[in-house]
Amino acid sequence: MFSSFPLFPEAASKVARQVDHLYFFLIAVTVFFSLLIGCLVIFFAIKYRRRSEVELPEPITGSIKLETLWTAVPLVLVMVMFVWGASVYFTISRPPDDAMQIYVVGKQWMWKLQHPGGQREINELHLALNRAVKLTMASEDVIHSFYVPAFRVKADVVPGRYTSTWFKPDKVGTYHLFCAEYCGTKHSGMIGQVIVMEPAQYQIWLSGGSSEGPLSARGEKLFQSLACNTCHRADGKGRGPVLAGIFGKPVSLQTGQKVIVDEAYIRESILNPTAKVVEGYQPVMPTFQGLISEEGLMQIIAYIQSLGLPGATINAQPGDSQPVTSERQGPRK
Amino acid sequence: MSTRTAPIVPVETREHYLNVDYGVKSWLLTTDHKRIAILYLASITLFFFVGGFFAVLIRLELLTPQGDLFQAETYNKLFTMHGVMMIFFFLIPSVPAVLGNFLVPMMIGARDLAFPRINLLSWYVYMIGATLTFAAVVAGGVDTGWTFYTPYSSTYSNGNVILAGVGIFITGFSSILTGLNFIVTIHKMRAPGLTWFRLPLFIWAHYATSIIMILGTPVIAITLVLLVLERGFHIGIFDPALGGDPVLFQHLFWFYSHPAVYIMILPGMGVISELISCFSRKYVFGYHFVAFSSLAIAVISFLVWGHHMFVSSQSVYAGMIFSILSFLVAVPSAIKVFNWTATLYKGSISYQAPMLYAFGFIGLFTIGGLTGMFLAAIGLDVHVHDTYFIVAHFHYIMVGGAVMAYLGGIHFWWPKMTGRMYPEGWARFSALVVFIGFHLTFFPQFILGYLGMPRRYHAYPEEFQVLNVMSSAGASILGVGYLIPMIYLIWSLKYGPIASANPWGATGLEWQTPSPPPTVNFTETPIVTEEPYHYSIREIKVV
Repeated sequence: MFSSFPLFPEAASKVARQVDHLYFFLIAVTVFFSLLIGCLVIFFAIKYRRRSEVELPEPITGSIKLETLWTAVPLVLVMVMFVWGASVYFTISRPPDDAMQIYVVGKQWMWKLQHPGGQREINELHLALNRAVKLTMASEDVIHSFYVPAFRVKADVVPGRYTSTWFKPDKVGTYHLFCAEYCGTKHSGMIGQVIVMEPAQYQIWLSGGSSEGPLSARGEKLFQSLACNTCHRADGKGRGPVLAGIFGKPVSLQTGQKVIVDEAYIRESILNPTAKVVEGYQPVMPTFQGLISEEGLMQIIAYIQSLGLPGATINAQPGDSQPVTSERQGPRK
Repeated sequence: MSTRTAPIVPVETREHYLNVDYGVKSWLLTTDHKRIAILYLASITLFFFVGGFFAVLIRLELLTPQGDLFQAETYNKLFTMHGVMMIFFFLIPSVPAVLGNFLVPMMIGARDLAFPRINLLSWYVYMIGATLTFAAVVAGGVDTGWTFYTPYSSTYSNGNVILAGVGIFITGFSSILTGLNFIVTIHKMRAPGLTWFRLPLFIWAHYATSIIMILGTPVIAITLVLLVLERGFHIGIFDPALGGDPVLFQHLFWFYSHPAVYIMILPGMGVISELISCFSRKYVFGYHFVAFSSLAIAVISFLVWGHHMFVSSQSVYAGMIFSILSFLVAVPSAIKVFNWTATLYKGSISYQAPMLYAFGFIGLFTIGGLTGMFLAAIGLDVHVHDTYFIVAHFHYIMVGGAVMAYLGGIHFWWPKMTGRMYPEGWARFSALVVFIGFHLTFFPQFILGYLGMPRRYHAYPEEFQVLNVMSSAGASILGVGYLIPMIYLIWSLKYGPIASANPWGATGLEWQTPSPPPTVNFTETPIVTEEPYHYSIREIKVV
């Protein structure tokens, strides 16, 4: 029953070790001040114990010097903690440019994951060693939170928007995946595993997956079956904007504003097309709310993203089922 | 302060607020702040043990990794009702509504609060809210967590969210009324000569708390109304499927609920200042700093709510701002701890039970406060957010801090409130048991949290079992620590030795009138001529 009894979690990424260093610093500060206060209280309590019922201690009301000292020292210390904590957080919130994109959908009570190569997993995520991964996440129902303690990262998965996080595993192993935001009856069952593999093993795993082609190919099928291609034509003669090469680029809206075409913008434009209409086009697109799942949206995004890559056309060649490589992701700006 | 004392008449023959009338009506229709405090004391004790009972069941379930004792749904209801009962119906009213109600008028030499009937109304409002929420429990419970996050609470939960929400909404008004009463009373009804800087720090703490109660509580009320409307009529404020924003709920909820943490702890800090100075016979070191740190906490506490949302998809820069503000709110708390410690220096320290509770408070609150730094450090919070680290941290503050202070205060003023002494040996023993039981319960949870065990888990991976068993074992000791005072305090009502007017030799106007006090508190209006806590100036008689 008590076969394993860890007191400290495994650290399987550089970020995890950065978080641990900050943790050790804070523990040191905590131990120091707890001992300081604890020892002073015990020492005073013994040294100045009441020896007679009539004794009158020296009247001391305070000391500006001491007040200044114990205002300034904590202030300086907490500012150090703030800067340190903030710098770690910047690392956590900025995925590297070469990160592989994985799409995650949370729903009561499971995790559904899609790899760019088309592999789909439930409650398991297979990763290659030393390969940065960026998760783009959506929820089909309530708020969930994607949490891998070994990477020290966690991000809420919020319905109605995309959230993201990233990690770069540098230790082979199997790690816990938890839902950290209470999401209903089987919240504690919304768990899984993150399996970090040697690149060679990972390639073997990849080739054993998906027969339906890469995510972008699946997105393309959906694109056609929803008849998106009748308006979003490659030749620019459609009623909607050309989609090739727009991912990650700014476009001008009717209102004169500019937005970057990212995952969130594409998602919004499919579900609520009139919200941000591109300059020069009419708000004629109907909403696809209820016609497309969160996973389908992610496939279409992967498809549009793939259109920016050299050699890709609006009628992207099917059969491109190569394992994921960094070129698949293309440059993302 | 005046050291005039009323002549001591045996408690049985002298008329005081307790024996003036024994009828049920005389209690239910009383406008005497002291009797209303007793009404609150009875009510919140009931809810403390209801909430505690849920905690016992939670710890029993967590003895084993499998969710085997209860269904998942039942477990979710247990932790929800534990949180709701403890926070809204015990912790928030605890020190202010019981000790504050009893002592604010007495400490400032007033006959009653400024609005005695509103004070009674606040108790009724509290009871109506509590009854409705309790009805929600009886009718099948609520499973949203005490935080009621949308869209789970507004759309997906099958629990009695509306009933519980309405109950909490109503109870909020009792907070607002109490806060209003305190502020007006402290401004307008101080005895002659009792200037602001002659006020006991207990009063400063209650003043700061009242500000939060008045400014914060309406926001949770609005939030709960929106939640109830969303759930009942699908108005689309929070549910993204209806065009709402689920994160908006979190902003609104924490805008109240973070300052609410200080509603729980600030009055406790006020209690600790009184205890430390009395039992070391010293001025509170740095009186002005302790007083103003209460106000600083009250103000800054309104600007830190976003630290509950570092991983909620809030923007990176908003996170930064909330992180730095959260660090800043820690400084006034640190100032208080240092000043309490310095108060002991060259004092005349006695180890009576209330002082032991105060020592316990310093120990637990220091750890609770310092572990708050881990959560304000934004890069570290990402890991420990929503894990047992959070659970451990806030129990150190709310149970280690607020409940220790509350129990210390109850012991300290028990002779004044009831006219009886409790058995000192048992009281010291219980303080020790609570302190040890507390650490055993919650310290393992820090380790569990950093290991990554998420909170609100009905079942958990096996490697977390040892620490969970330790926590449950500690909880059984803690439970005993809470039951002992319950027994001997009730026992003392009938069998305890008769208390004198000032058994601790304390300064403070409340000790200058007999125990229990007459209905009018003071037979003559006291006149204050000195600073508070003038223990070391001249001997104060134990009478």
